[in-house]
Amino acid sequence: MKILVPVKRVIDYNVKPRVKSDGSGVDLANVKMSMNPFDEISVEEAIRLKEAGKAEEIIAVSVGPQKAQETLRTALAMGADRAILVVTDEEVEPLGVAKILAKIVEEEQPKLVITGKQAIDDDSNQTGQMLAALLGWGQGTFANTVELDSDSITVKREIDGGLQTVKLNLPAVVTTDLRLNEPRYASLPNIMKAKKKPMDEKTPADYGVDISPRLTTITVTEPPVRQAGEKVEDVDALVAKLKAVGAI
Amino acid sequence: MKTLVLVEHDNANMKDATLAVVTAASQLGEVHALVIGSGCASVAEQVAKVAGVATVHVADDASLANQLAENAAPLIASLMETHDAFLAPATTTGKNIAPRVAALLDVMQISDILSVESEDTFTRPIYAGNAIATVKSSDAKKVITVRGTAFDKAATEGGSGTIEAVGGASDAGLSSFVSEEIAKSERPELTSAKIIVSGGRALGSGEKFEEVITPLADKLGAGIGASRAAVDAGYVPNDYQVGQTGKIVAPEVYIAIGISGAIQHLAGMKDSKIIVAINKDEDAPIFQVADIGLVADLFDAVPELTSKV
Repeated sequence: MKILVPVKRVIDYNVKPRVKSDGSGVDLANVKMSMNPFDEISVEEAIRLKEAGKAEEIIAVSVGPQKAQETLRTALAMGADRAILVVTDEEVEPLGVAKILAKIVEEEQPKLVITGKQAIDDDSNQTGQMLAALLGWGQGTFANTVELDSDSITVKREIDGGLQTVKLNLPAVVTTDLRLNEPRYASLPNIMKAKKKPMDEKTPADYGVDISPRLTTITVTEPPVRQAGEKVEDVDALVAKLKAVGAI
Repeated sequence: MKTLVLVEHDNANMKDATLAVVTAASQLGEVHALVIGSGCASVAEQVAKVAGVATVHVADDASLANQLAENAAPLIASLMETHDAFLAPATTTGKNIAPRVAALLDVMQISDILSVESEDTFTRPIYAGNAIATVKSSDAKKVITVRGTAFDKAATEGGSGTIEAVGGASDAGLSSFVSEEIAKSERPELTSAKIIVSGGRALGSGEKFEEVITPLADKLGAGIGASRAAVDAGYVPNDYQVGQTGKIVAPEVYIAIGISGAIQHLAGMKDSKIIVAINKDEDAPIFQVADIGLVADLFDAVPELTSKV
């Protein structure tokens, strides 16, 4: 079984984003970039399925700028077998990404796609569900645990009230949540080996899909800033303060 | 404009999350609601009474009992032939279903809106709420998820919507429901609680979390939340998580105990009216957003606080 793992290059989760003063977006110049944390979990899960003998090949895919190849190299160093980089300097919306991925799925015929539930830059939480819709596949979103069989996958999902388990026919799309696993770090020998693993370069035009954006960003602004209040000395002062502001 | 609002419910009762979506939809045009489920007639009756709801469409079918996206989305997409905008709450149900509907309609979804600026322009948080984007959609139909804390709740009384049955539901044959583990609790739900007591990794264990946080929450009649670190460490289940990718809350009072205040956590609670922080580390980032801060060992301070409130 082949597993396709889409990954996205995003601002590192430890970096506090700064809004550009002209309101055109978030300043990403000279900012540390990394693999979207949810996508690291996807790569890890695919590797574990391969290690368990349930999958043969893991293909990592990224749609993004040339530099997204670094993100793909990370996926290869973790244990993916090969990579496809769809190069574009345009910002591609989830719908466009899903359309490109659907074409790649047609070509590669994976039985499972595992991707992060959301990217921490645009916080859309859409691509996996859209891909499943375009392919007419089942979707196991916000996965906490997965159990893969030859013709089905059972996904325990993190939902608002607790956990829900669904069973999907294969092929299917799974999107990962935080508790699915703890991603490994790539070892130095594996980072070296990853440099020799194959990486195909494509463009959106190769797939013949229209990825022109449907949303126009008019402005990006800072949220209202919350001012720090005061520190109190002890619990008695805290209780008095809480009463004073009518909190209790 | 005719809108279609996805009702959040458990086949017996409508959930509060629906009410903010009704408010958002009413800013766009006429509000039509959609209840998908099985044996959900009582939900439809509750929704019909919500102020501003003109029509309640009810798709009542065994295949929709668990609102599986594979079965729900085609039905919603077909209803969208006669509606202009689909709005769902940004709950796990809405986030699961709405993008599937959007892709079937070839529409780019606008996730987690904070405001309606005009019928095609909305604001939404990006980068864990560290930036707010104003976006304009060029799609003929709109697919939107709505952040519950950003809109007032529509009144649950005063409406007199007409209830209409919707046919055409079927099992897509792609997925099936196996089981659910839903936490049963007398506590208020996080997204509607007036007070939330939230614990972090500093609690050290599930036992300590229970021992320190629960009595204070009981005394205050509060909901209980947690940071990602506490959930990852297994102190509490996933449905406690407050943050960028967990629940977004905005209670009257949010009491953060042993939570350092990573930006991902702040993203989920910084719109709370009053934030109280108790933390041993006086440099913890949580104090930069807290209205009232107490630098203290939580194992001393919280039991004392519990005894004095």
